[in-house]
Amino acid sequence: MENLTQTLENKTSVESVKISGSEAVMRSLLAEGVNTIFGYPGGAIMPIYDALYHYTDKLQHILTRHEQGAIHAAQGYSRVTGKVGVCMATSGPGATNLITGIADAMIDSTPLVCITGQVPSHLLGTDAFQETDIIGISIPVTKWNYQVTSADEIPEALAKAFYIAQSGRPGPVLIDITKDAQFAELDFKYEHCKSLRSYNPAPKPKISGIQEAATLINQAKKPYILAGQGVLIAQAEQQLKQLAETAGIPVASTLLGLSALPKDHPLYVGMLGMHGNYGPNVLTNECDLLIAIGMRFDDRVTGRLDAYATQAKVIHIEIDPSEINKNVKADVPLVGDAAKTLNQLLPLIQPNKHKSWVRQFQDFDQIEYEKVIKRETHPKEGEIKMAEVIRFLNEETKGKAVLVTDVGQHQMIATRYYHFQDPKTNVTSGGLGTMGFALPSALGAKLGVKNTREVICIVGDGGIQMTIQELATMAQFGIAVKIIVLNNSFLGMVRQWQQLFHEKRYSSTEMVNPDFIAVAKGFGLEAEKVTVRQELNSALKRMLEHNGPYLMEVVVEKEDNVFPMIPSGEAVNKVRLS
Amino acid sequence: MSTATNGQSTEKQFTLSVLTENKSGLLNRITGIFSRRKINIDAINVSVSEIEGVSRYTIMIRTERNKAEKIVQQILKQVEALDARLYEPDEVHYQEIALYKIPLNAFVNENKVEKLVRQNGARILAMEEDYILLEKTGHKSETRALFEQLKPFGVLEFIHSGSVVVSKGNKVPEEIL
Ligand SMILES: Cc1ncc(C[n+]2csc(CCOP(=O)(O)OP(=O)(O)O)c2C)c(N)n1
Repeated sequence: MENLTQTLENKTSVESVKISGSEAVMRSLLAEGVNTIFGYPGGAIMPIYDALYHYTDKLQHILTRHEQGAIHAAQGYSRVTGKVGVCMATSGPGATNLITGIADAMIDSTPLVCITGQVPSHLLGTDAFQETDIIGISIPVTKWNYQVTSADEIPEALAKAFYIAQSGRPGPVLIDITKDAQFAELDFKYEHCKSLRSYNPAPKPKISGIQEAATLINQAKKPYILAGQGVLIAQAEQQLKQLAETAGIPVASTLLGLSALPKDHPLYVGMLGMHGNYGPNVLTNECDLLIAIGMRFDDRVTGRLDAYATQAKVIHIEIDPSEINKNVKADVPLVGDAAKTLNQLLPLIQPNKHKSWVRQFQDFDQIEYEKVIKRETHPKEGEIKMAEVIRFLNEETKGKAVLVTDVGQHQMIATRYYHFQDPKTNVTSGGLGTMGFALPSALGAKLGVKNTREVICIVGDGGIQMTIQELATMAQFGIAVKIIVLNNSFLGMVRQWQQLFHEKRYSSTEMVNPDFIAVAKGFGLEAEKVTVRQELNSALKRMLEHNGPYLMEVVVEKEDNVFPMIPSGEAVNKVRLS
Repeated sequence: MSTATNGQSTEKQFTLSVLTENKSGLLNRITGIFSRRKINIDAINVSVSEIEGVSRYTIMIRTERNKAEKIVQQILKQVEALDARLYEPDEVHYQEIALYKIPLNAFVNENKVEKLVRQNGARILAMEEDYILLEKTGHKSETRALFEQLKPFGVLEFIHSGSVVVSKGNKVPEEIL
């Protein structure tokens, strides 16, 4: 079998053979090293699904229960593996159901190739059954998209798609293939795409910039590194660590940069942003040098821009030139891949320790611990708090699990308190804040890491109901995700804002929920509900020991709030602790 | 540091000169960058350029400089964009073309219209049974001025194109590729 596969693959890339467009899609995917796809069939993509039928030994297809589930699963798969996530959908509603995931992948720089079926080319523009202009609809949310109307375009279009999706700043690409192009025959020959004249995915920083940056770093009294997802995408974790350790620079992380440096690293000071840690936010306005690496100064990180780090010089290491000076002006822009740029910079960096500066972070930590963290993670009485669930999870998983979070209070609590140890173990919807992301994304992540890691999905009672049908996917394919529903019977994060900024007018945020245990069991999952603190740890153990997908519902305090918090539009140093 | 959004906030006229691959859908991608930021395009001209397979866009907008600069970055970010440059009016040679449809009987009027045509460097493009079509190239102010002068004689239709521009530098597009 192995031999056969190899000859087949060699064949695909050397001599040409006559095959259908649909089979060309399969062979192109194999040539790109794809082995897992997520999708949902329908009329306009049936020839491709028919071809897939003959490739199931090499291409595992996961039939989700909604196209949004398929694309989020592809995102989760991509985020933990670093590979391109692949999903397929039919035309019309199938294709439009992908849009939320495409937008999410665009803003969070996740490489995806989405393949959609389209009505036959002679019907284009006639409002044919299930025709939508998915190319037009997806333009603003794709890095690139293309409609294939003839079979012989397929290999080249897919080669370009994979190349564009994963190079430079990664992003989603959509390839729409008309049904006649799927049926028609072509001479198949696959050539990987290696460059495009209009596209420079590997910009290199100016040498003078590297030198200026080194001088600024060597002279700084209070240098401060902000690490974003660019570090993880470029696999620059070692370089980041080396820069921090050599020059004694504290490192804070954006939401998507979490896990670039282990949480217990002595120079790791915490998370940035609206619900980030106290010191990292306040001290942004006290540092003398910001070294931003692979991050884009999102408004959730900067708060009020005209009061953001106005005292500091800024070095911005970023592969996407359009991010330079977009929100925060860079004194030294270094446009390039984070790993390669840091490799150039590191030899110029002089050893240093900024002890009293680092201690300032520790002092803030102490305050945050006393005023917030202690009562959140070690409550003595009252209902269960989200943070103590994460504390127990830390103890049980030693920070080694992949944590997939949805959007809301539980997301902020889980990412604040989980002790990430290894790169690419944090999967969350950052830029778009897509409720419903976690459940499908977790199943994709689990297929990505296989048995090497636990995948824990932390989700709210609101968010899980947006994509709850994917429990069926987990059950059908035996995808052993461990789901923790933190149930506060509210759309908690919205309720928190209503409490703090709208005089507790709880407009449409309280929910009468289904019996999640019965629902999970109905879908074929093991499930358990926890309502008292004493049972929490043993229930967690039972969940982790279970061999297969599992849902644990934890009834948590209903009207709990996430702190610290920078109120929307305020300066980063206006953090509230209560 | 300073934020990238403060600084001069006065609106000015800018011309963007953009080169892209000649691919369907790209016009949508480019114009979407403006509409998403609620910037109105005053004039746009798209045509094939002197380079095979390459389109040239000339886009006129009124906005603040830093917004215009960010737009250029967003255009360059598109995979199939080859080049994008921002010009203020004094950095480019630009020209528009205007057409004026004048009723024939206006010409029997003591040669007044003919005189206007000559004075303004316009020319007669077509003569039909009941109207004459005039053409004038020039800056917007000039084509507009002729329109005002022709008005008393009854202008049936007046249309002018967006500008086409070339920069005053001597860079040739091939160097960009
Ligand atoms: C698709 C979508 N719709 C609406 C929102 C707005 N939103 C943000 S957080 C939130 C509440 C989430 O509630 P829940 O899932 O129960 O989590 P909790 O905040 O209670 O932990 C809402 C409605 C969103 N982020 N995504």
